[in-house]
Amino acid sequence: MVLIDPYAQELTLGLVTETDERAARRTLRDQIARLEAQLADCVATAFAARDVVPFAIAGAHGPRVLGIAELERVRDDLAERLAGARRELTAIGLAQERARVRLERMLLAPGEHRFARVSTAELGEGGCGVYQVRPRLGLIGMLAGWWHVKLSSGCPLAT
Amino acid sequence: MSGVAEPERGWVDAELAQELPELVLWTVVAGAQPARRSSPEVRRRLGMLASRFRGGDAVQLRRRPVPHAYRVFFRQIGLDPDDQRTPAEEAAMRRLIHGGFESRGALEDALLLAVVETGVPVWALDDATLDGPLGVRGARAGEQRPRADGFADDLPAGRLVVADAAGPVAVLFGEPDARHAVTRRTERIRLFTLQVGGVPDVHVEEALWTALDAGWPR
Repeated sequence: MVLIDPYAQELTLGLVTETDERAARRTLRDQIARLEAQLADCVATAFAARDVVPFAIAGAHGPRVLGIAELERVRDDLAERLAGARRELTAIGLAQERARVRLERMLLAPGEHRFARVSTAELGEGGCGVYQVRPRLGLIGMLAGWWHVKLSSGCPLAT
Repeated sequence: MSGVAEPERGWVDAELAQELPELVLWTVVAGAQPARRSSPEVRRRLGMLASRFRGGDAVQLRRRPVPHAYRVFFRQIGLDPDDQRTPAEEAAMRRLIHGGFESRGALEDALLLAVVETGVPVWALDDATLDGPLGVRGARAGEQRPRADGFADDLPAGRLVVADAAGPVAVLFGEPDARHAVTRRTERIRLFTLQVGGVPDVHVEEALWTALDAGWPR
């Protein structure tokens, strides 16, 4: 079996022309544009979920027309960063989903989740509120088994 | 806007035009140096824009079509838009850091209004220092970029620059070189902007007219 590298000039027998390389560079630029759009979506989604995903890509030095190898490096870096951002977003989504399920269970059967807490931050919501299973009427509720879920009043006052 | 010329297309080096066919430079001669201070109307517009802009908008900016197009172009020419920010994102960052779009003079305010309202950056040059029409090309070996302190930085061959017939005027998306920057002695100002793929003509025209309208009101 013979493996042919299309970018190795000595194996191309002169078939790779300047036009072909320009077309390759155009394709790479299109790929970069698509990846950048997807990465921007991930960053904005993470921000909406009040979290941060890493997104920085090292640039080359100063504006210039990049060659195939440099464009490939930018594309690969973007693809790698995008994959990382998606992994991060998936993990954030799963953690929020688990918190939501915990909250639903607390609401369904408060007595089985005594003093359990789920913060709004864990749910991907803003504010400092915390859902907590607490006894009604304090000690009386604790002894009588009257449990309910209360949402704390929010962020502490600034001092 | 009587007495103000129509925007004109600058030239783009033939090889560069084949490589980046959607890159267009637009110029317009704006006129004499505007008043030192912005009009109350311009300052009010800056205030309104600042109050409508919040932290989340700075992140969402990268998803809007025009700022996104500049981000993509930055990547394609080897710039990292999170390191050297695109002009629209730079303006957004200034807004977040200073808590508002502070007025810095009529010309700066006009350019700021243009980029904040349209996402398209506009730069100003001293027209008297320019030799012929402006264009975009790669720097040639041995070309230099003069600094304000009298010294000069070498420009690596191939660095994309805005140039006139005499030589580079500014590095692409950078501030104009000291020799061509607008000073108090400037008598006539030429504005220019860069259109990249994904930015419609109407946005470019709007950016130039916004700057002209704010800096040189009728």
